[in-house]
Amino acid sequence: MINEKVGVYVCHCGTNIAGTVDVHEVAEWSGRQEHVAVSRDYKFMCSSLGQDLIVDDIEEFGLTRIVVASCSPHMHEKTFRGACLRAGLNPFFLEMANIREHVSWATSDKAAATQKAKALVKAAVERSVYHKALEPIPVTIEPATLVVGGGIAGISAALELAEAGHPVYLVEREPSIGGHMAQLDKTFPTLDCSACILTPKMVDVGQHPNITLMTYSEVEEVSGHIGSFQVTIRKKARHLDEELCTGCGICEERCPIKVVDQEFEAGLGKRKAIYRPFPQAVPKFPVIDEEHCTYFLKGKCKLCQKECPTHSIDFTQQDEVCQVEVGNIILATGYDLFDSRRIPQYGYGRLRNVFTSLEFERMVNAAGPTGGNIVLRDGLTAPKSVAVIHCVGSRDENYHEYCSNVCCMYSMKFAHLVHERVPDAEVFNFYIDIRASGKGYECFYHRLLKEGTHFVRGRVAEVTDAAQRPEEEGKLIVQAEDTLIGAQRRIPVDMVILSAGMEARHDSQELAKRFGLGCDFDGFFVERHPKLDPVATMTEGIFIAGACQGPKDIPASVAQGAAAAARVAGLIDRGTIMMEPVKASIRTDQCSGCRICNNLCPYNAIEYHLETNVSEISTALCQGCGTCVAACPSAAIDGAHFTNDQLMAEIEGILWDQRETEREEEEAAVPA
Amino acid sequence: MEHKEKPKLAMYWASSCGGCEISVLNIGEHILTVDQVFDLVFFPCIADFKVSDVANYPDGYIDLCLFNGAIRNSENEETARLLRQKSKVMVAFGSCAYEGCIPALSNLTSKQATLATVYDDNPSLDNPEHIRPLEEAEVPEGMLDLPEFYDRVKTLDQVVPVDYTIPGCPPEPEQIWAILQVVVAAFTEGAPLPPPGAILGAGDRALCDECPLAREEKAVSRFYRPFEIDPEPGKCLLDQGIVCMGPATRNGCKALCPRVGMGCRGCYGPMEGVEDQGAKMLSAIASTIDVGDPADLDEEELERKIEEVVATLPDPAGTFYRFSMGHSLLRGARPEPEAVTEGGGS
Repeated sequence: MINEKVGVYVCHCGTNIAGTVDVHEVAEWSGRQEHVAVSRDYKFMCSSLGQDLIVDDIEEFGLTRIVVASCSPHMHEKTFRGACLRAGLNPFFLEMANIREHVSWATSDKAAATQKAKALVKAAVERSVYHKALEPIPVTIEPATLVVGGGIAGISAALELAEAGHPVYLVEREPSIGGHMAQLDKTFPTLDCSACILTPKMVDVGQHPNITLMTYSEVEEVSGHIGSFQVTIRKKARHLDEELCTGCGICEERCPIKVVDQEFEAGLGKRKAIYRPFPQAVPKFPVIDEEHCTYFLKGKCKLCQKECPTHSIDFTQQDEVCQVEVGNIILATGYDLFDSRRIPQYGYGRLRNVFTSLEFERMVNAAGPTGGNIVLRDGLTAPKSVAVIHCVGSRDENYHEYCSNVCCMYSMKFAHLVHERVPDAEVFNFYIDIRASGKGYECFYHRLLKEGTHFVRGRVAEVTDAAQRPEEEGKLIVQAEDTLIGAQRRIPVDMVILSAGMEARHDSQELAKRFGLGCDFDGFFVERHPKLDPVATMTEGIFIAGACQGPKDIPASVAQGAAAAARVAGLIDRGTIMMEPVKASIRTDQCSGCRICNNLCPYNAIEYHLETNVSEISTALCQGCGTCVAACPSAAIDGAHFTNDQLMAEIEGILWDQRETEREEEEAAVPA
Repeated sequence: MEHKEKPKLAMYWASSCGGCEISVLNIGEHILTVDQVFDLVFFPCIADFKVSDVANYPDGYIDLCLFNGAIRNSENEETARLLRQKSKVMVAFGSCAYEGCIPALSNLTSKQATLATVYDDNPSLDNPEHIRPLEEAEVPEGMLDLPEFYDRVKTLDQVVPVDYTIPGCPPEPEQIWAILQVVVAAFTEGAPLPPPGAILGAGDRALCDECPLAREEKAVSRFYRPFEIDPEPGKCLLDQGIVCMGPATRNGCKALCPRVGMGCRGCYGPMEGVEDQGAKMLSAIASTIDVGDPADLDEEELERKIEEVVATLPDPAGTFYRFSMGHSLLRGARPEPEAVTEGGGS
């Protein structure tokens, strides 16, 4: 016999809900439903006055269950659970009915909205009476943190935590940290030298006593939960002993093999088979590229080994796999540059003097392959005219619909650098819209206008070398509609730079799976809340920072790195946190050991015991997803807070009007 | 127990095959004990009683009524109500009375479709005039009437309150004998009866618990029908892709079918707390499907591969709801008489 007293609170959310749903009617009707002792509607239930209504009613009427019909639980479940707790009621006796996102925002039909709101309230009431008191589970937070990715976002996260006194493991897949920022020449809009502001930070990371730097390494497996993740990391063999290597660079000098450097120099320069990506690399140790090293290909050479003054080269070195335990993880895995070859009409890879933005970054860099000279593919000739094409792969329904955020600004930076280095060259920037919304960005745009850059508003249709007029001979012709003058234009230039957009890492789905988080349609990691919780994810203890969450520039990446570090530091300082008790458990007296559930758990929380022929769920590992609960054919697995009777009651509640019709029909059908 | 009156026993068959009665008789020589302990007061299969005899008994006269068979027509329902009125303890005996069993599979189609299959669309029929049974027919001798054939097959507990349930198609003789012993002890020595509503003659775990076959983690890349494969001895049938309802079915039969290489059909019904045995097994089966790492496949390819595996599972309703359709959440197909006129509900 159910004997619960339910309080129902219908929120207006200003006019968000009340504009569409007849909230008075819903509250009045709810008051007449079974189990309901009090029913009210109020302008803003989440306000302190709204919460006080709940607290006072619990005390006055002895309410045992609370139903709040308002927004999504995602938004305010915590708020209302807090109100229950303040009144001495177990917070899990709260149930929310989402009549905003699921009702008022979904329709303008007031009658239908009110009817659906009633159904959701009825469902919540029916469900709530089956709720059981649950107690949160305390979890100790291991103070070490794993930061994945050594770009600027990962670097700032790692340094913030290390400076606060917490141990950090920083794992980077490439031989050096630094990420894309290390490849850039100048940063907009201040035109600071990118390397000059980045390398001191890299050195700090390399020398910090609290940071264990693991470059040329990848995370292979993650298990565990917030407070205690077990992480398996593969350290790829560099083929040298880091204890002995001094980073003198003699090996690199002597190595006879030259390879086109597709990574750091974007294919414009060369490196050796034993190499450091760039002179300021951190750590200073080179790696041997097995694909090109003569020893690995033919079994001889070993010149580097012979020349190494500290005898640090070791051709027999194997990959090393190690395990670390961390309490939290920050993913700062960055982005991939859009591959300009995917847009054949822009000619990259086919027309010699079409460059990608990254190639141009390396070209203008004083330490780059051309020593900072802006030259055509022949390595000698300075261009007399340059076209910079914005939005390559971005804002394009054939590739990525989103704006890559940084291209307008770096495209203008390119224009500026051309003006600076080749003063008499003409520069044409082809843009759709200029997006210069950051601090000091608009000012930079105006500076460019004054410097004489030609801004042509229109998406480029084609880059071609097929001349139609004498002045086009031997040039690249950029064909675009200039939407400001309403005419097609063919502009002959010597050099074309494609401002490629940012896209999610090619393996972001795989990474997301490994770390138990979600990806959006474009492959970027999904944050817990786009506005209010941008660096947390739906998996507790896993945070994201930088461009892996979406295209962003350096200041935003740095800010996110620091923000994620602050979130983690807060958890470490608390030492112990309370985990949601919404977990699955197996009733061993009903488990037949059929093993259906064994390989379903995405968190590897289920273990089968051969001796007792039952399976068991580790509460610590369980994330409460419910997969095993649904799959268990014996109903031997309970999902706390999502039990069968709770869900069945909810369904019955939602179908209350159907039931009523059915009953009426049945009664009519029975002959008197 | 010299002058004490013997307890009264009744057993009735509604819409059933008669297998339940055979199973009762299969308790062997114990049937003599039954005869010794009980007074048979109604048992159409083995003794000639009339419904009018039952109607004349005082209410509660029968101590134990074993009711088998589903409620297919008005006669089944009428007798169920009568026996309920006359019985102290009403038992839903066997799968038909408990959950509808094979007869309730016809809930996937309509009454018209069922009658069409039986009286018209069947190769062995010769009924050119399309004669159908009538509820009332006038003949020279007067008016004849037949029970009403219902739209839907119901289970016993959907018609009358039931005290106990004995699952199985049919229930196993040892289990029947064990229950009878408990009941006899209750009636003759005042021993306690099981708690009302209990499922008797079955265990609390799934069949796998008493199945001797060795189980592994499940990863099935195609399913086999029994004639398509020689099962490897000693190895879990489901692991080999043979549909076995064992994980979703109460134990109590000692895993008779899987022991001889035939997947469990699910006749002992769902576990405690399961509303829908078929749905439970479907979600379990779905969880075992292995098409490789989904991360390696794009959405369309994944869907196609899963479809391919699912295509090796013919007749899901008949496979997963063979016994439980009447009692399941599903209950049957929604009646849309014009849409389903052809027979066959698979």
